[in-house]
Amino acid sequence: MSDYVVELRNVTKRFPGVVALHDMSLQIKPGEILGLIGENGAGKSTLIKVLTGVHSADEGEIYVDGARQNIKSPNDAKSAGIACVYQELNIVKSLSITDNIFINKMIHKKKSKFLDYKAMHNKAHEVMLSLGQDVDEKKPCGNFGMGILQMVEIAKAVLIDAKLIIMDEPTSSLGEKEVEQLMNTIRSLKARGVSILFISHKLEELFELCDRVTVMRDGEHIITDDIDNMNNEKLITAMVGRTLDNQYPKVTVKRGREALRVENLNSAGVLHDISFTAHHGEILGIAGLVGAGRTETCQAIFGAFPVDGGNLYIDGKRAVIKSPKDAVKNKIALLTEDRKGQGLVLSQGIDTNLVLADLQRFSKGPWLNKVKIKDAGNKNIDDLKIKTPGLKTIAGQLSGGNQQKVVIGKWINTNADIYLFDEPTRGIDVGAKVEVYNIMNKLVADGKCVIMVSSELPEVLGMSDRVIIMREGRIMGEIERETERFSQEVVMKAAWGGKI
Amino acid sequence: MEKSLNMKKILGKLGPLLALLVLSIILSVASPNFLTINNIMNILRQTGVNGLIASGMLVVLITAGIDLSVGANAVLCACVMGMLSDKFGIANPVVLLGACILTGVGVGCINGLLLTKLHLPHPFVSTLGMKNVLCGLALFVVSTKTISGFPNSVTWLGSANVFKNGSFSGIPVAFLAMLLLFVCFHLLLNYTALGRTIYCVGGNPEATRLSGINADNVLIFVYSLSGFVCAIAGIVIVGRSGVANPVSAISPYDTDAIAACIIGGASFMGGKGTIWGTLIGALIISIIRNRLTLLNAASDVQYMVIGFVIIAAVFIDVTRHRMEAKARRLEGK
Repeated sequence: MSDYVVELRNVTKRFPGVVALHDMSLQIKPGEILGLIGENGAGKSTLIKVLTGVHSADEGEIYVDGARQNIKSPNDAKSAGIACVYQELNIVKSLSITDNIFINKMIHKKKSKFLDYKAMHNKAHEVMLSLGQDVDEKKPCGNFGMGILQMVEIAKAVLIDAKLIIMDEPTSSLGEKEVEQLMNTIRSLKARGVSILFISHKLEELFELCDRVTVMRDGEHIITDDIDNMNNEKLITAMVGRTLDNQYPKVTVKRGREALRVENLNSAGVLHDISFTAHHGEILGIAGLVGAGRTETCQAIFGAFPVDGGNLYIDGKRAVIKSPKDAVKNKIALLTEDRKGQGLVLSQGIDTNLVLADLQRFSKGPWLNKVKIKDAGNKNIDDLKIKTPGLKTIAGQLSGGNQQKVVIGKWINTNADIYLFDEPTRGIDVGAKVEVYNIMNKLVADGKCVIMVSSELPEVLGMSDRVIIMREGRIMGEIERETERFSQEVVMKAAWGGKI
Repeated sequence: MEKSLNMKKILGKLGPLLALLVLSIILSVASPNFLTINNIMNILRQTGVNGLIASGMLVVLITAGIDLSVGANAVLCACVMGMLSDKFGIANPVVLLGACILTGVGVGCINGLLLTKLHLPHPFVSTLGMKNVLCGLALFVVSTKTISGFPNSVTWLGSANVFKNGSFSGIPVAFLAMLLLFVCFHLLLNYTALGRTIYCVGGNPEATRLSGINADNVLIFVYSLSGFVCAIAGIVIVGRSGVANPVSAISPYDTDAIAACIIGGASFMGGKGTIWGTLIGALIISIIRNRLTLLNAASDVQYMVIGFVIIAAVFIDVTRHRMEAKARRLEGK
């Protein structure tokens, strides 16, 4: 018998252009709760996916109970005894709890093709009861809240006798009471000898629940220690230490007058009293962990996310923005984080995409002004350095970086004043990133206002004049460039719920 | 690389035209009575109604939608005219034609509203429902009777021929009217801002909405436009047959129109298709029907052949889509 129930030895996983896991080792003891933390992009998700067989490791080994396992598919992981409760639950809401629990291992009546529902219902009820849930297992899952549904996922794991259950931010979608219940269940699983790998964005939960904690950064293992030897400061210091190199061609211009003022933006359960200002000639960064409400803030300003209240002032004047159409009229631009799903019409030419947000300016009455479109398009291609065979090229055929430049070009063509850039460099190569930074520099030099959401700390700090930090739909603090507080440590502290 | 891709593109664009030519050559060799001038005029005459309906269907397909109520709508429009002339004794062509067009556009507008305001999952559902409602309405307004005796000015569009000369039967006005409408559609789709947004709503509705365009209004317009051409088709139907027959609402107008669009290069995934491709598609459908009629094939065979042609066309569309996605992936690398 090995000392560890699951052990990762020197696992490396590469994706085109990025090493997501580098020489990562991790040991999980039987019956322990191991916390796993790291900032956005630290490699936690990749680690989970390697353990659950969604990705297979390029190098390194995985041992379960001391025996080497070749995990190549989710089924391999299951038979090795590794289960995972994902953030996005795999529940078929129209089916009953029983059906969901037994979805791929239905119990049949002896020597027959017919299902033995009586046995399944009994077993399902029993398992749910052991997890502290006295529920009607015959009811469709859609009748239950997130807390119960998570228990259904855990029940699935229990039924395959999982030795290790991975929980990916299980508390992020739960209410206070449900969190308490989940913690009790986790403790009882631990008492039964099941190991838990607990991923969370809430440090207090780690201190309450975990035996040990592991910190990851840049796909590498940084530290693992007993939780009792740790405190907030130590954990945050371990998470940040990322090097800030000179890949950010930041140009600072004189900050102008106020361009946008947001007052008490609220959206039930998502955004709470968001208030901030952004100026002409300024890049305002919005930092925070994934799910902190940064995207929703941008979309709410743009009229694409429902709000319950709050006021917007553009150049000091109150603006009512109920739809993206209103936003465009008020000279606001939104570069969405999902370029392909929300930014571009992939099946159309880049010329069409470039003028889509302001067709009126490129038309004479109902007729398109093809000369004007061509001139503007060619100017965009030159100014933004879009690499394309021609203006008529289908947008879907461009590389990610060039697609991003087309979306930026679309907004520049509307003469927008306020640019909301949501993860502007996600999924594009390093060269294109620098070009996008230069475009942002050019915009602020022209007196525009840029608001940038980014999950990459070095990027936020490298390009912003000011940074506001969000957590759970709230603004936690604001820091100014060229001050002492403008550091990764301060951002991380605020993003993880600390006072700054 | 660049050149071979262009070759492929050209082939992709000219594919339907090539199919039309090959089909025509084979048929004219196989049967001498195919390539007579009067038979060709016959084919054009038969293309009128389907071509008109298909033009509206095309615009709907470009937005990644579908309109299954077109045939029923066209027949309802005809029957509304029948009702006015039969029950109310109205012979004024302006009133008759106006009511006809108002009905068509109204029905189309309802289709658009059902889709955008009631948030029904897919226009397949709403327009399928409307198809049945309209079939019933068509029967209702004329009390299930077949109405005849329309004034000449109403039937002119569907029955007249120009340049009649001796044995030459003349060019059908309906076909010319259809061509004129196609030119308008070509201008709309390629030279107007609205046309661009129609393609973009089909290609990516979310990106279009987030570009500040009211996608709902575009969709309502598109379905209303489909309703409008159905009304014109209804007038042609009345002209060709001289009667408004409510039972013909169940004729396969919708499948013929969809087939014409898909053969012509439109896609169920939206964002694609041209009016000239649709013209070729409509001609191919007419030729197949015409040929089968010349062969004295009964309607059962006609149904089956058209069915297979539709399946083949959709298969080609899906394959084309998959190959383009693959080419895009390779290009991206």
